[in-house]
Amino acid sequence: MGNLVTMDDLSNDDIIAVLDDAERLVPVARGEILLPLLQGKVLANMFFENSTRTRMSFETAMKRLGGSVLNFSSVGTSVSKGETLYDTMQMIDGYADVAAIRHPRQGAAQYSADAVRIPILNAGDGAGNHPTQTMLDLFTIRQAHESLDGLNVVLVGDLRYGRTAHSLSHALVRFGASLTLVSPTSLKMPVEIVSDLRSHGADVTETESLNEQITGADVIYMTRIQKERFPDEEEYTKVAGIYKIEATDLVGAKEGMIVMHPLPRVDEIAPSVDSTKFARYFQQAFNGVPTRMSLLCRSLGVKVPKKVK
Amino acid sequence: MTEMRRVTAIRNGTVIDHIPSGYAMQVIRILGIDTDRATPVSLVMNVPSDKIGRKDVLKIEDRELDQEDLDRLALIAPAASIAIIRNHAVAEKMKVELGDDLLNIARCSFSNCITKNNHEPLPQRMRVISRDPLEVRCYYCGCGQEIDELIENII
Repeated sequence: MGNLVTMDDLSNDDIIAVLDDAERLVPVARGEILLPLLQGKVLANMFFENSTRTRMSFETAMKRLGGSVLNFSSVGTSVSKGETLYDTMQMIDGYADVAAIRHPRQGAAQYSADAVRIPILNAGDGAGNHPTQTMLDLFTIRQAHESLDGLNVVLVGDLRYGRTAHSLSHALVRFGASLTLVSPTSLKMPVEIVSDLRSHGADVTETESLNEQITGADVIYMTRIQKERFPDEEEYTKVAGIYKIEATDLVGAKEGMIVMHPLPRVDEIAPSVDSTKFARYFQQAFNGVPTRMSLLCRSLGVKVPKKVK
Repeated sequence: MTEMRRVTAIRNGTVIDHIPSGYAMQVIRILGIDTDRATPVSLVMNVPSDKIGRKDVLKIEDRELDQEDLDRLALIAPAASIAIIRNHAVAEKMKVELGDDLLNIARCSFSNCITKNNHEPLPQRMRVISRDPLEVRCYYCGCGQEIDELIENII
């Protein structure tokens, strides 16, 4: 109950409901309204891998709703002494009401969900899934386009190891999106994911070139080529810096088009884009707070009031 | 002489018929039959079959397959028919059936799966996504498993 391991755990109606709740929680996320819906509840932030935005926005989300947070990092703890994930999670099961978990190994979130009674929110498992990021991405897209239906979305960069792109593409095709997957051959979206996307009847195009995709896009979703996921340095150097967007590249773009990025960026998006009307990545990072507030409430079975004041 | 008589009938044991042609050795492997031991195993390969074109047949003496064996067998020989032989007569007939969930049958082949840590206590678990063509994925990490990898990683 209440787990969010992959986007399959949410129906389309669930997604819309979570986004609606998140929208009403925006003033609470900004600290303008006090709403202690989760007072007395404890979130365990189980980060077995580094994170800035995800960890901090989970923490802010919990605290803004009056809850408290246990922060765990695997460095210098029982994990470095060889403790299994199973045992670590058993401990947390007794300490917290809900856990957000990030782990370098794929499948760790599902494994944790099977190991404990408290709800598990997957905050990224290896190159697997990152559904809370997807929810904030969908929130950002809906904010700009008013609806999630039938958009033309261009996903760019590391589509092989990029878990953000995996979860997001799964969700978008359920709302009838057309997807253009732009990546070097060595970083193409895994075949089983592309086959899943097509089995939903989605229009999926794979290409190596970004330039001609800009004018037709409603959303350009840039991702970082993740150095840490490459087996060797040489493979990384071959593809590092392959896609870059400058403000001048966006001249022919659609009026309402938005450029997104899960951040951190390296050089995929030049600072010149930041001041254009297309840039949406910092807004996107903020949106992690109301979205995760909404997801925490859902996991804990707490209803967000229809009127937040 | 019928196709089944290409090798001598067995007194006690199991006959596995309708194995896809060329897969008898994999079946031996997947069932963990110790070929170094004295147990006689008769193997017939590439004989004509009305049901599946060409087939392999295995006769294993002094061993009766159980349900867990059948679950493994279903991965590579979904059309196999099994006869348990006692005292030269067919005592029981069984069919294989591939379930939706494979518990502790094979290890995930993906090097970065959480289950790669041998100390983790939860069972190895695979989901069968489709039967024809066979598509199996790790329940935890979601990675697709090739049939050869599954055989390689049988527990």
